[in-house]
Amino acid sequence: MRKPAGIQSDLVSWINKVGAHVVDLISSIGSVSILIFSAFILSFRRPLQFNLIVRQLLLIGVNSLPIVLISGLFTGMVLATQGYHQLKQLSAEGTVGGFVSVSAVQELGPIITAVVLAGRIGASITAELATMKVTEQIDALEVMATDPIKYLVVPRFVACTIMLPVLTNFATVFGIAGGCLAVVGLFDMNARFFLKQASGYMFMSSVCVSLIKATAFGMAIATIGCYKGLSVSPNDGAEGVGKMTTGSAVNSILAILVIDFFLNHLLYTILGMK
Amino acid sequence: MIFIKDIWKSFGKKEVLRGLSLQVPVGETLVVMGRSGCGKSLLLKMIAGLLRPDRGEIFYDGQGLNNLHWKDMNRIRNKIGFLFQSAALFDFMTVSENVGFMLSQHAKMSRLEIEKVVAEKLSLVDLSGTELLKPAELSGGMRKRVGLARAIASDPDLILYDEPTTGLDPITCVEINNLINDLHETLEVTSIVVTHDIDSAFSVATRMAMIHQGRTIIDGTPDEIMDSTDPNVHEFVSQASVTNRYDVMV
Repeated sequence: MRKPAGIQSDLVSWINKVGAHVVDLISSIGSVSILIFSAFILSFRRPLQFNLIVRQLLLIGVNSLPIVLISGLFTGMVLATQGYHQLKQLSAEGTVGGFVSVSAVQELGPIITAVVLAGRIGASITAELATMKVTEQIDALEVMATDPIKYLVVPRFVACTIMLPVLTNFATVFGIAGGCLAVVGLFDMNARFFLKQASGYMFMSSVCVSLIKATAFGMAIATIGCYKGLSVSPNDGAEGVGKMTTGSAVNSILAILVIDFFLNHLLYTILGMK
Repeated sequence: MIFIKDIWKSFGKKEVLRGLSLQVPVGETLVVMGRSGCGKSLLLKMIAGLLRPDRGEIFYDGQGLNNLHWKDMNRIRNKIGFLFQSAALFDFMTVSENVGFMLSQHAKMSRLEIEKVVAEKLSLVDLSGTELLKPAELSGGMRKRVGLARAIASDPDLILYDEPTTGLDPITCVEINNLINDLHETLEVTSIVVTHDIDSAFSVATRMAMIHQGRTIIDGTPDEIMDSTDPNVHEFVSQASVTNRYDVMV
């Protein structure tokens, strides 16, 4: 049987570990907040470096379009087939168009796009910046009197903030189109009827909510990606780059879900948007 | 030009620099030697303003760097060229973009003027015609030389070399040493070379210093270093003698 002193020291060690994790978490949240603020302020400071921003817009936006469209299409198809079966039990299968439209615009469009981009872009930003850090390229930037936040973080931050809402719109449209294809192909529903139902449940305020969420997700993905990339230690080498890249994707997805909850609460409950 | 006064630096519980003092007069090539992990590269990063000492101060032309505003620090960085150990070339840029980076960011020069300077600096390091190559297409020695061309692109007053010959074959090492000497003569710059390659140290130094246990244990001319009776210096320098004897035998 273990002595009470042993149990006590185990407990103290466990509390220490939990405490250290909590301090780490709070410190990371603080650092990410400072980075968002710095990136936002520096976005408006000259030189605006349009060429770097355009390069990132292409990398983040144009290159991600195919995967975002395919994800949106199949999510809409799954949503429509699942929704049809559920609504049929209530004899309300005719409203599946509205169901798909509301879900795609308000939730799935922004969330699916953000999750796909967190995996594709957030991780790639982290890997790129972490590799630059490990190979002293970030130090080289600083030695050449160039602010790494302005030169590396701002273009990615601006590009993600602009492209997330754009890609979300594409994903939403393809999601509704996917839903339409599924119910027409599988359940012989009339396409015009489905689209009429879908447009009937689509409000301007819902589109605004979708865009607000997408913008917030874009900021979060870019900032977490950059923060993780810049916080790798030069001595960590390839292992550190790998760890940070995985951490970036996981943390971005978690942040997206948390932000989604709070924005839903803020926009629907507090501000009373429909 | 550079005056380092009693600097201390720790990482966690590990004290790396413990009261290091050093002076680098204008026009000298000072070689800083010491064993791996003794704080040589750390010293260069502090001079370039990448890290700050916990205690003590570094002066550049009489101006203390510790509490300098970032704009003033950048003004000083415009006068410093830094050759990193890994060359630290931006891998998403061409050789030409790498060499001309500082000018494109800070100098009010047209693209054509920058291209002219880039071509001139690349010819100084014997790499004319490589402008459009990417760093991944270069050998280790070529990378170092491009790094050197980048370091001298803005005509700095001070060049910091972090292990310029590490990881290179003996012939390329000699080429890099000759290049450092040529630049010292043609550009008349002050240089600080950090290395543990003792042969390279003696071929480029006009002054030498050695760091041991976080302090400067000797600072003098190459001849004074050779004649030193300090056991740590003697042990280090004897390695050069062994290599030189081998060269003579070959």
